[in-house]
Amino acid sequence: MPLLLLKFFTPALGFLFQEATSGRFTTAWQKAQHPDLSKFLTIGALLFIIGVAGVLTRRNIIVIFMSIELILNAANLNFIAMSRYLQDTGNVNAVAGQIFAVFVIVVAAAEAAIGLGIVIALYRNKETIWVDEIDILKW
Amino acid sequence: MHRYIWLVPLLPLFGAAINGLLGRKFRFSEKLIGGIAVGSIALAFLLSVAAVYSYGFSSHAIWPETYVTSQDGAFKYDWIPGGAVRQTLGSNERIRGKGEEELAKKRATLPPEERNQPVAVGVFDVPRSSVLNVEWSYQLDALSSIFMLIVTGVGLCIFVFATGYMHGDPGFYRFFAYMGLFMFSMLVLVMGSNFLMMFVGWEGVGLCSYLLIGYYFDRQEAADASRKAFITNRIGDFGFALAIFGVIATFGTSQYGDVFSQARSFPLETLGHWGLLSWIALGLFIGACGKSAQLPLHVWLPDAMAGPTPVSALIHAATMVTAGLYMVTRTNVIFQHSQTMMLVVALVGAATALFAATIGITQNDIKKVLAYSTVSQLGFMFMACGVGAFAIGIFHVMTHAFFKALMFLGAGSVIHGMHHEQDLRRMGGLRKYMPYTYLTFLAGWLAICGIIPFSGFWSKDEILWNAAATRYIPVGWLVWIVGTVAATCTAFYMTRLVAMTFWGKERFLPVHHEHTPEHEGHLMDDHPAPEHHGDFPHESPRSMWVPLAVLAVLATVGGFVGISTAFTGGKHVGGRMNIVNFLDPIIWNPTTRYFGTHEAVDSYGKPLESVAHTGVDLVTQELEPVEAPPPYSSEGFNLAHAVESKLHNEIATEWVFIVISLLVAGIGIGLGFLFYVKDTRLPDIWAARLRPLYEASYNKYWVDEFYGWAVTRRVMDAARAVYALDAKVVDGAVNGMAWITRLSSRITGAVDQYFVDGLVNAIAAFIMRLMSPLLRAAQTGFAQNYALVMVLGLVAAVAMFFGADILKMVRNIFAIFV
Repeated sequence: MPLLLLKFFTPALGFLFQEATSGRFTTAWQKAQHPDLSKFLTIGALLFIIGVAGVLTRRNIIVIFMSIELILNAANLNFIAMSRYLQDTGNVNAVAGQIFAVFVIVVAAAEAAIGLGIVIALYRNKETIWVDEIDILKW
Repeated sequence: MHRYIWLVPLLPLFGAAINGLLGRKFRFSEKLIGGIAVGSIALAFLLSVAAVYSYGFSSHAIWPETYVTSQDGAFKYDWIPGGAVRQTLGSNERIRGKGEEELAKKRATLPPEERNQPVAVGVFDVPRSSVLNVEWSYQLDALSSIFMLIVTGVGLCIFVFATGYMHGDPGFYRFFAYMGLFMFSMLVLVMGSNFLMMFVGWEGVGLCSYLLIGYYFDRQEAADASRKAFITNRIGDFGFALAIFGVIATFGTSQYGDVFSQARSFPLETLGHWGLLSWIALGLFIGACGKSAQLPLHVWLPDAMAGPTPVSALIHAATMVTAGLYMVTRTNVIFQHSQTMMLVVALVGAATALFAATIGITQNDIKKVLAYSTVSQLGFMFMACGVGAFAIGIFHVMTHAFFKALMFLGAGSVIHGMHHEQDLRRMGGLRKYMPYTYLTFLAGWLAICGIIPFSGFWSKDEILWNAAATRYIPVGWLVWIVGTVAATCTAFYMTRLVAMTFWGKERFLPVHHEHTPEHEGHLMDDHPAPEHHGDFPHESPRSMWVPLAVLAVLATVGGFVGISTAFTGGKHVGGRMNIVNFLDPIIWNPTTRYFGTHEAVDSYGKPLESVAHTGVDLVTQELEPVEAPPPYSSEGFNLAHAVESKLHNEIATEWVFIVISLLVAGIGIGLGFLFYVKDTRLPDIWAARLRPLYEASYNKYWVDEFYGWAVTRRVMDAARAVYALDAKVVDGAVNGMAWITRLSSRITGAVDQYFVDGLVNAIAAFIMRLMSPLLRAAQTGFAQNYALVMVLGLVAAVAMFFGADILKMVRNIFAIFV
């Protein structure tokens, strides 16, 4: 019985062992563990461009805020990617980027709170949140 | 020891600084102030004694070879640095002073590359430069030794006395601060190693004299006297300053050693020949006249008695007024080069001696009498210098410091005991009340009268003998006669002073309570001593009579350091304990043209061959008196020679003069005794008989009135004229200028307002109109526009920094497709 079992399962174990050490899944998984930096940077750049376009083109101030969040997240993505990239290349202590990302998130939260407060104050005074109707910065 | 002599002047300065700066703020007690002042002077005195001992009497004494300065040892300080003038090889190179062969030897020991560098091994080899370099260094030699001891020693006695005399004065701290400052200045004066340091000390003592004469500045008399002293001294200082400029211009340096070693070889200037050194000597002597109250400039000293009595004793009798003597003796090379100036010095001295002595006869203020006596004695000292006996002049400075300080302090004690009564006519019979003061005063009286063996006898007799025997000037006999008459007058008025103060009837009852400021001080005392307000005079406290006793001992025995050669077989005995021998190295000999008369030692350099080779022991050797006449030896009548040609014996000749001088002293004392003890009506009778003379003497020959008319009035007139000029012309010009300025400012204001401002406004407005639409258009006020500009800026920045890379990347991408 045990021999039978051994006979049956040995190829499967061998397969499993092979898969576990250098199989396609494992390789894919390992590749996924160490993705290519340029993809992240590309995504970060796209996010950034989308955010900038949003800030420059949208008229609703809430959307502009959201676009700003996009810009910040683009930056965060870059930070994280760079940090991970540096760790992969051997510098295991390269955590500054991750810490920065945390800071950026905190600052973004604070900024959003203040910004929304300003929006509410603005709305109470001007009865609008459309930025093309707010031109008092020139005075 | 000479390395530490810089401490000697510094200690009194330190004490003065503590007292003056902290004494008032922290309300120092009198004991503390007195302790600081007396302690600092006592330390300075001990240091001076040690320095003089190590210089002249220790087993390593360097007397009489040379002098030392404080810069030869511990540290160097260039007071007025003028560039690299002096290079020395070691610490003590300068004091050894060697000739050319020594210099060559020194050079040979140097490494080859340094042999051609200037090497100064002696004062003769100091590279001279047109750049004046003045060092701040103290010089220790025979002359400064004696003055250090006089200033600190007599000063110590007077400081101790002053702690008793000034007791209860509200300005106690101020007094001792000034006194300490004075000691500092005086020590700088006598210890400095160059003319400029002497000048600093000279001005410093003048300042302190001014401050201390005007100590009771709330009394008009004292304030006036202090100003008078200061201004009169300025006239003298003017001459002194010119002489210093002359010295620097002539010799290129102000260092004594350097100046005198050069002056040594200058040509002699006979009578009537006004050469360079005569003019310098004249300037110096004008300075000496101002400081030492000689005839044209004597007027300040009697008035200076307005200061406290210890000040009179210290400054106006013992030390400061002898600064002129110090200076003349210090520069005796220069004076001896000029027979004219020797004659001037002798005649001015003789005239002053007689002039002041005759005034002293009729004065009624105890301090005024002593003041005129001081002027007279200073005249004696200058007489000694003028006839070539510089050492004797300094000897008289010393004995005079003893007995005159003693008499001033005695007078202070009397004034203290008499509740600030200074008028002789209200004294008398004080012998009973003030025994210590009386006994000590007697010593001073006998000394100044010239009674053997008190100190004054030795110095005054030597002066008169030297005047009679001088070969420096042709009229020694005249100087001798004037000096002898002055000595008679001195004995007379001093006997008068003693008789009116201590002998005879008591004229002070009832006591006069005159509340002078000096007296007020006692009223403010915390512990009013009952005897201060008693009806009778009282003896002074111990702090006052102990200094008197010390000075009395000195005044009695102090003269033996200059014992007359008539008593010792024609020799100056005692080795260098004899003041004549001790001072010998600094006296220039016109015949040998070296310093020192007996020994062939040039004092500011090397010992001459004869001494160096014979190895004469200078400690025990009894030296021959001066025999060499100066090359300009006068052809006139010489009294001593006339007597000697009859007697054929030099010592007998000297004895004749000693007997004469004792005789005139006896006559003076006898007359004084007759007038003021035996028959007290005689003074009035003779004053009536000699009315014009009496009036002249009593009014001090109207010199003050004459100066007031001839100088003060003229100066005031000139000042008034200048004031009028100032008020009318100068002020008018200034006001006119102001008017013109206002006018022109109004014009320019209008131009500015209408033309310049208008122009500016026009241009500015034009530019504004031109530019503003563009700038306004840029300011939309929409946040997105601004953000767009920011992004464009970002793009531009990126393009600038990465443009090339981006282009390359784009090209590569296209290259894939193409």
